[in-house]
Amino acid sequence: MAITQFLKGNEAVVKGAILAGCRAFFGYPITPASEIAHTAAYYMPLVGGTFLQAESEVAAINMVYGAASAGIRVMTASSGPGISLKQEGISYLAGSELPCVIVDIMRGGPGLGNIAPDQSDYNQVVKGGGHGSYKNIVLAPNSVQEMFDFAILAFDLADKYRNPVFILADGFIGQMMESVEIRIPEVKEPEKNWAVKGTVETMDNLITSIELDPDDLERHVSKLQQKYKIVEEQEVRYQSYMLDGAEIVIVAFGIVSRVVQTVVDELREKGVKVGMFRPITLFPFPKNEIADIANEVESFLVVEMNNGQMFDDVKLAVGNRKPIYFYNRLGGNVPTTKEICDKVMEILRRS
Amino acid sequence: MSKEILKKSEVFYEVYERKPGADKLTTTYCPGCGHGIIHKMIAEALEDFGVQDRTIFISPVGCSVFAYYYFHTGNVQVAHGRAPAVATGLKRANPDSIVISYQGDGDLAAIGGLEILHAANRGEGFTVIFVNNAIYGMTGGQMAPTTLIGQTTMTTPRGRDPVNDGYPIRMSEIIATLEAPVYVERVMLSDSKEIMKARAAIRKALKVQIEKNGFAFVEILSPCPSGWKMTPSQAKRWVADVLSKYFPVGVKKDISAEFEGRKKEVKKVSKEEIAKILGIVEAEEVDKRVNKYVDKDVSEEIKVAGFGGQGVLSLGITLAYMGMKHGYKVSWLPSYGPEMRGGTANCHVKISKGSIGSPVVSYPTLLIAMNRPSLDRFENDVVSGGIIVYDNSLIDREPVRSDVTVIPIPATKIADEIGSTKIANMVVVGAIVKYLDLMSVEYIIDSIDQVIKSKKLADMNREAIRKGVEYMTTNYKLG
Ligand SMILES: Cc1ncc(C[n+]2csc(CCOP(=O)(O)OP(=O)(O)O)c2C)c(N)n1
Repeated sequence: MAITQFLKGNEAVVKGAILAGCRAFFGYPITPASEIAHTAAYYMPLVGGTFLQAESEVAAINMVYGAASAGIRVMTASSGPGISLKQEGISYLAGSELPCVIVDIMRGGPGLGNIAPDQSDYNQVVKGGGHGSYKNIVLAPNSVQEMFDFAILAFDLADKYRNPVFILADGFIGQMMESVEIRIPEVKEPEKNWAVKGTVETMDNLITSIELDPDDLERHVSKLQQKYKIVEEQEVRYQSYMLDGAEIVIVAFGIVSRVVQTVVDELREKGVKVGMFRPITLFPFPKNEIADIANEVESFLVVEMNNGQMFDDVKLAVGNRKPIYFYNRLGGNVPTTKEICDKVMEILRRS
Repeated sequence: MSKEILKKSEVFYEVYERKPGADKLTTTYCPGCGHGIIHKMIAEALEDFGVQDRTIFISPVGCSVFAYYYFHTGNVQVAHGRAPAVATGLKRANPDSIVISYQGDGDLAAIGGLEILHAANRGEGFTVIFVNNAIYGMTGGQMAPTTLIGQTTMTTPRGRDPVNDGYPIRMSEIIATLEAPVYVERVMLSDSKEIMKARAAIRKALKVQIEKNGFAFVEILSPCPSGWKMTPSQAKRWVADVLSKYFPVGVKKDISAEFEGRKKEVKKVSKEEIAKILGIVEAEEVDKRVNKYVDKDVSEEIKVAGFGGQGVLSLGITLAYMGMKHGYKVSWLPSYGPEMRGGTANCHVKISKGSIGSPVVSYPTLLIAMNRPSLDRFENDVVSGGIIVYDNSLIDREPVRSDVTVIPIPATKIADEIGSTKIANMVVVGAIVKYLDLMSVEYIIDSIDQVIKSKKLADMNREAIRKGVEYMTTNYKLG
């Protein structure tokens, strides 16, 4: 049975999380992510879970560390400045191999920046952000439906790989309302026999990220890299849109991909051979898929709401085989369809 | 010493397997260090109270970072200063576990100052053992927040100077000012009499957790001969003669007798109940009245703008929600955040037969301007051939565009006549829906309270939609 609800992205992600079995939310208010906390505050106590407004994002992520150590599904949410503060804790979560879900509703930066939608947390979320050789698994939804669906997926991935999973969205995806088809998922939470639950069975367990001996730590960090490799082999997700016969492919994620979809529709109507490639997982990045596309097309255009943070990953995938153009807006501006259409036409005129 | 005291508690591992190197029988602590004694007192209490298997010991960052080598309990090692936050997460997840947050003075009073204050203030049901040795032991003897005035450390080579470094912090006294903590005491490891008091305090603190799920805090003035550059016996004497003069021992707060206990049962909620709570209920039958619209080819890009408080956002939500109910693809995107308060508000609504790409409306096919600044700001963006609806009871000019359809509606005036300025937005809903023939007006009137939850306004909302329809029927000769 599927039913339809009209939801904000920030509500949908909580509903998905609760249906996925998440029973604890720790967070600190920040625009444009606050409705996630509001929604969790409303529902968590009703479903037998915990909602706690922490004293800071630092505290919130460490509460997540505690609840994850105890083996329950737990989440937090924030935006740029708060994610910066959480980085210490995220590094510890990755080091201790604790599963959790972190939602980042990106806003303009650096510093206090503004509260408009932005994509400039790409590097701090996709490239690790905190100290140490670790990776987050990163899902980038572009609709309210995906905010719901990816919440469920995120918990499954987190448990499967014992790793923090990010849902990386922006102010618009968080704030907008769309219809969401809701199906109640079959939740299969794996047995967490590594957790510390305050029971006889788990009293020999230890959650830690410290390994004093360099050889021991090397073994541990190598094991993490092994895990990331499996993630790269098995968990790549992406969406291709109108790639058939495309001469130029626009690469975009999140809200920008929604704008680009309209751009592709409009330009295709005029006979322009353009398509879109949308990475859904930012780590693992669909680099092989982009490399394959590079064999077929003339050029790429990367459109982002930051200073080219995903551009670097596209560049790594394409190498020097095909030109990669770049268009961005900064400061919380969303590129318009017209701007992107103009950019595509300019590239096609030049080549 | 009796045999009893020499015997190692069962709460300690027999052999410290997690400890690297050949020696797996002794601890990593220096001779004369207080940590070992404190560990022992905790272990014995856990054993005596029979809670070893339920206990989770948190190893902090500091000299006790490897406490998990020794304690045969659940173990969690955490970031510097964050133990109270982690303990909060552990305890909330498993309220029946016994959680010990074991922290040094740098950990608790400096980098983790906020976490301890707030965990204490929430009265979290765990026990804090705060080891105050007036120095950073692990990193090689730097100043701690509890380092005494004049005390030399690696970072106060000329002695702690309050002008530069501030004063030593009395954490127990601070924690004792809070409402929630049940029991707060400072003790010291100076001689056997004081050590017995420390033992009693630790036991009492654990009892507060075991029996009442209450927050208890024991600060222990603890010798650090290496850090203080003293012999173990000098260090013990210094605790009594110097340290405790600034940090007086004793009970700072104790409401354990009258404290009724902190609730800890976790509600079990069935999957079916959860679905109901989340509003996931069997879809109602599709209303026949919406069927008429299933094949309608619609592609509206709507911008609604006005003052905050005019119901601009809910106007947009109503159109989008009702559109969804009529089988259209819809999106709604607000201007958001604190900048909205008292200022202008607008939202973008798309209603379309086909799937929606960008939810952003830059060039509306329909502009709904509820005040003059909105008309001024967005009039020129409307596509040629589009529509401008504006509240002519508030806006004192007409749109100048001649390539668009202009529809003035005295929405606020009509709303005032019904009885509330607030429902002008619903007048507009009625008018637009009637004019565009996008959806069933009757269906919207019957189901408006699915969107606008205010019971007080429900009747008036319905009336407002009707009046909007009526206005269009009368003035635009719409059937
Ligand atoms: C974020 C961070 N900053 C600094 C350190 C380095 N560090 C390790 S232990 C310590 C001081 C611990 O002192 P205290 O809490 O008094 O415990 P003690 O070693 O005296 O038992 C510091 C600063 C760290 N591990 N993490």
